[in-house]
Order: sequence, then C-alpha cells, then structure tokens
Amino acid sequence: MSFLTFKQGIHPEYKKELTNKEPLKEAERPEEVVIPLQQHIGAPLKPIVEKGDQVEMGQKIGDADSFVSAPVHSSVSGTVTDIKKVQTASGDKTLAVVIKADEEDNLAQNLDKHENFDNLTPTEIRNIVKEAGIAGMGGAMFPTHVKLSVPEDKEVDYFVLNGAECEPYLTVDHRMMVERPNSVLQGMKIMMKAVDVKKGFIGIEENKPDAIESMKKAVANEEYIEVKVFKTKYPQGGEKMMIKAALDREVPAGGLPLDVGVVVNNITTAVAVADAVIKGIPLIERTVTVTGSAIENPQNFICRIGTRIEDLIKQAGGFKGEVGKIVVGGPMTGSAQHNTKTPIVKGSSGILVLGPEEVNDFDPKPCIRCARCVDACPMSLVPVKLAKYAENGMYEKMEKFNIQNCIKCGSCSYICPSNRPLLQNIEIGQAELSAKQREED
Amino acid sequence: MNNEKLIVTPSPHIKTETSLNEIMWTVIKALIPAMLAAVYYFKAQAVFLILGSVLGAVLTEYVFQRVRGKKITIANGSAILTGILLALIVPPSLPIWTVVVGSAVAIGLGKQVFGGLGYNPFNPALVGRAFLMAAYPVLMTTWTFDGKTTATPLNLMKMQGVGTDYWDLFIGHIGGSLGETSALAVLLGAAYLIYKGYINWRIPLGILGTVAILTFVFGQDPIFHLLSGGLMIGAFFMATDMVTSPVTKKGRWIFGFGVGLLVVLIRLWGGYPEGVMYAILLMNTGVPLIDRYTRPRSLGEVN
Repeated sequence: MSFLTFKQGIHPEYKKELTNKEPLKEAERPEEVVIPLQQHIGAPLKPIVEKGDQVEMGQKIGDADSFVSAPVHSSVSGTVTDIKKVQTASGDKTLAVVIKADEEDNLAQNLDKHENFDNLTPTEIRNIVKEAGIAGMGGAMFPTHVKLSVPEDKEVDYFVLNGAECEPYLTVDHRMMVERPNSVLQGMKIMMKAVDVKKGFIGIEENKPDAIESMKKAVANEEYIEVKVFKTKYPQGGEKMMIKAALDREVPAGGLPLDVGVVVNNITTAVAVADAVIKGIPLIERTVTVTGSAIENPQNFICRIGTRIEDLIKQAGGFKGEVGKIVVGGPMTGSAQHNTKTPIVKGSSGILVLGPEEVNDFDPKPCIRCARCVDACPMSLVPVKLAKYAENGMYEKMEKFNIQNCIKCGSCSYICPSNRPLLQNIEIGQAELSAKQREED
Repeated sequence: MNNEKLIVTPSPHIKTETSLNEIMWTVIKALIPAMLAAVYYFKAQAVFLILGSVLGAVLTEYVFQRVRGKKITIANGSAILTGILLALIVPPSLPIWTVVVGSAVAIGLGKQVFGGLGYNPFNPALVGRAFLMAAYPVLMTTWTFDGKTTATPLNLMKMQGVGTDYWDLFIGHIGGSLGETSALAVLLGAAYLIYKGYINWRIPLGILGTVAILTFVFGQDPIFHLLSGGLMIGAFFMATDMVTSPVTKKGRWIFGFGVGLLVVLIRLWGGYPEGVMYAILLMNTGVPLIDRYTRPRSLGEVN
C-alpha cells in the first residue's frame, strides 16, 4: 500500500512502543501549580489576581487586551501564593502565578455549555476559543482563535487536522484519537464551522493503525471529512509537508497555510476546543507523554497546566538509572531542561528523559560535504551552505539560500555524521539576519 | 534531581548512528576487493605499495596535526583511505619510496595545507598522483604484467590501434595501475557503497554514461573505454569523494557529465592515453560554482 508523503526527510527511531498502548491517565492533583503568563505566541499577559487571592478552578488569572494572545486560567482551586518570574520549558523567563491547591476542585462557571454547537456563529466560536485560552497544543502555542480568523482577502477551502505526531516518543495525539475520537471529530467540526469550510481531513501516520481505525470509524458518516494515511517519516507533521503531500499545494516561502486555502490544527487542540465549547471547560489540563529509557514506567498523563515536570516524573515511577538529559517536548524540537521544576504549559506534549549514554557530547567534526543534510531537508534547502555562511557571519548570503524558509525541524543536525550543530547555526543566522533587518527599518 | 548533572544542549536531542568514522572505514572496506585483486595480480609488490602509501599518508597527517597543535585524527580513517586510493592508481613496478613520497604530498599538499579534512578543494589521492606524474614521469608510465614490461590497453589502442579482450579487461588480466585493472573488483566494492548509501550514484552514472555515449558517437568502442584505464575506480571512488564533489543532486549530474566529457576529450584527442585523473581534478575546481548555480528550488519558493 502506498501512503502520502513529502520529498526527503529522515527516519529516526520512533520509540513510540514505550507508551502507545498506555491509556491516558489522570495525574494526581499537584500541591502547587505554576502557571506562566506567557503560554502563547504574542503579547504577554498581565496577572488579574493578586497574592493571597482565592481562586477557583477555571478562573481566569491572566489576560491581555491584544488580539494575538490567549488568557490563562487556574488549573486548581486554591490560594495564590506568589506571582514571580520563572523559567519556562523553552528557557525564557516569564511572570507566573503560583497557586497552592486545595482539595475542592471547584470549577468556576464562566463559560457556557453548548451541547449543540450547530447554532453558534463563527464569531461566537472564536470568542469561546479565545476565552478558553486555547493555543496550539502541538507545541507552537499559536493562539487558536487567531488561526480560526480568516482574513477577508483569503479564501479557505480545506481544513486539516494534524494527527501525524511525527516526533519520536510522543503518543498523546495517538491516544487521544484512540480514546476520544468523537471529541476529536467534534472539535474539528467546530473549528471548521468557525472558518466556514466544508471539506477536511485528519492526517495520521501509518504507524498508528489503531488511531486510524478509531478515527475512520468516527468519520464513517461524515460526507466531507476523511482520514488520510501518511507514510511514517519525519517531519510528516510539519504543516507544509502535510499540505504538499495530501493536497499538492505549496505554502509560499514566508507564507502561511492560509495562503493556499488551508487551515491546520492539531488533534489535542481539537479536543480542547470541543471541551471548551461543549462542556464549557477552559484549557486547564493537557495530555503529556512521560517517556524515555531513564523513566521507570513510561506513560501518558492528563495533567493540569502548571504541574511541575518532577511531579509527573514521580508518578511515572521516577528515574530509572542515571539521567543524562530531560527534554520537554519531543526529541527533535523539544527543549532540554536545567532542572525538574519547569511547569507544564499548553504546548508541552511530552517529558523525555534520556540516559547519559544516549546523550551526544558536543563534539563537532569537520564537515565532509557528504550532503546528507541536503538530502534530508524537507524544505529542499542546502543546510551545509546555510550553516557555513552563519559560521562565517555571511548573513546576507543566507538570504539568497532561502534561510527564512527553514522550519527548524532539525533533520539536518540529526543526520550529520560529523555531529555538526547545523540547525543551531542556522538559527543564529536567522536571528542575526532579522536583527540586521530591524536595524535597517 | 541534581541539576548540575543535567546536560542542556539545543535540539535535536537524538542523532543518527552513522558517523564520519563509519563512513570512512566503510569506504576502506569497499576497497578490499580491489586490493585483493591487486595482490592477486601483482603479488607482494602490491602489498608493499599499499602499506608504503598508507604509511606515508598517516605519518604526514600525524606530523601536520602535531605541528599545528590539532587533535590527531588518524583513527577517522581518512588518511588511510587516501593512502590506499593512491596506491591503487600507481603502476605496480613503482619503487616503494616513490609512493611514500606521493602519499606524503597527497596528504600534505593535497589536504593539510588547506586546513585538513573537509577543506581541500582537490581529491588528495589525485593530487599525489599528479605530483608523481610530474616528478617521476618515466616511473609512472612503466607498466609490467606477469613480470614483463607491457603497455596498458588504452596505450595499445591509442598508439597501435590494438584492442583488448573484454573479459580480460573486466577481471583485470591486463597491464595498468594496481587497482585499475579489475573492473569487477571495483564494481563489487562500489555496489556495497551504493547499497549503504555512502556514495552517490549520480556521479558515477553521469561519468560512465557520458563516456559511453561520447565514445560511441565518435566511432569508438564504448565497452572498451568503460572497462579500461582508471575509469571505473575513478568514477566510483575518486569522483565520488564527498569533500571534492557537489552537494546538490543536479550538481552531481553536471559534475559527472563534466568528468566524462573531459575523459573522452583527453583519451581521444589529448597527448595522454588516459585522462581520468586530470578530468576529475579539473572538475574539482568547478565544484563551488556548480553548487552555487544548482541550488535546489526550496518548497514554496517564489521565483
């Protein structure tokens, strides 16, 4: 059987078998949650509670006036004990609200329930999604209501629900499709209504046969929604790759899927949308795969936003043997952690703990121009050239080689036999280049 | 958790198993059939030439890295590989000291003066051979086979218009350099490398295809030209040297075509009977330009 796919890419070891049969399990309520006020791309939020305040579960605790932002809510009922700067998973420092949880779990009723979402208008849906604080839960954390706002000059004719989950190790989208296929579908239909699109597909890699079966069953009676099966290859879940593979449309360089009439959202995000619209629950919990060779019992949790990663690691049986590296997110694009205090945010889909022997030393060898990076780049860039220009400070040249088209998937660094930090160099080049451009403006 | 022990580096956090050392040593492994064929046809002399050449290469690498205060990287196999390749493209009757000089030049002038592995514009083994051709032209063009002085098939063809049996050419029962004689042995190793994905098939296919078509067009015997001289080892093991060949797919085709064209020009109209070495060296000079003008179209690129 042939599956849809894109050109080039890589085949890392997926290691999904560690957790892909583990049902989603409700994690224990932590004693304390740390809720950063920036869990989205866009303007940072201002706290709307004060130290000492009593808060209910689901109560909004941070908000901003800006359109491109997503409010945050308390994921427990309890007392605000501090508002301070913390380090988030990505390494940035941001203001966060610390809440000591009580035993009550009183849910604030500030979102309406809409059992029948057919009567909602697109604007109403976007408002609920914004109020619920939903931001892309695949990792990008782009505010979902913004994604669902189609500018007037753009026409959208296809909705893509991305269930590729091409990052190795992660299995939360997978489990969601197996366990809550109807919520996935409902969330998708709500979002399709918001962008006024009829046709859509759910894209899944062929290494998740049970998820494919489950979703196919769910869409059996849908006239305009289908399940499309993709080859297992990284980064199949990149939206540009998926759109090219399934619809043969190319998102223009520097553009968005919107430019080719497509809106892409992630599986877990769809479920959050369904829960917000139908059940009136804002985004206060998410699914997290806790996995890796240095974890005793790898599994998939449903945990509250703001849970510290050490709480989840403990519930997964703790560390097994020595620990080399702790990554929040997947192994290809996630961030290594300095400590175990980092809170889970809306975009944290996994905690990966690797043993010391699995962690590569930083020991780059000379580039032998083997061109494996050229053959791997899903965007058909020439990473070896880009990285060399960056190393030599030739940032203008990088522009000619389409550096802005890099999706930072890390395939080049993964494949390099000389261990060269290609992606890192490219990112430095990108940063330098945009700094220079800002100067000129 | 003891925080000092956590390793923090940028993503990605997993890496392919394939390493530079593995690639180099696999290419060396792929040369084993050619080395065995050399030993079969040229006996102990082949063993000494290969050992001498490797010794010269490794020693030179060591001295350069030592003097420059760099890490000694002999274990990565690249100097050893250059040594073996040079031995395979010199005449079997060459005095051992000559090949030692040649491999020292290959590593010294061909590679280390440019900054070592990855920075050399020319194929080091071919630089070594070009040096020997210039310095010891007689030694480098004296061929023996079965203990007798003989001429290479290309020489016979060029000077006397005499052909050679295909089968002899294929298995290597002919005069010529150590590793040039047996096309079969070279092909065995090359097949292994292509299977492993360590050499790109576009370059050899481009070279061999161009030579076959052009020699046919000019009324020559394409099979004879494919099987004789250094074409096979050149196409599969020299032109495919990663450092000195293009990184783009289109570039590899152009590179292969260029080498093939130059081989035919030299063989048919040049002063030498054989032209693979110069063809590859000349095309090496064009690699940066080829790479620049064959940048692939990026996904979504607007012209």
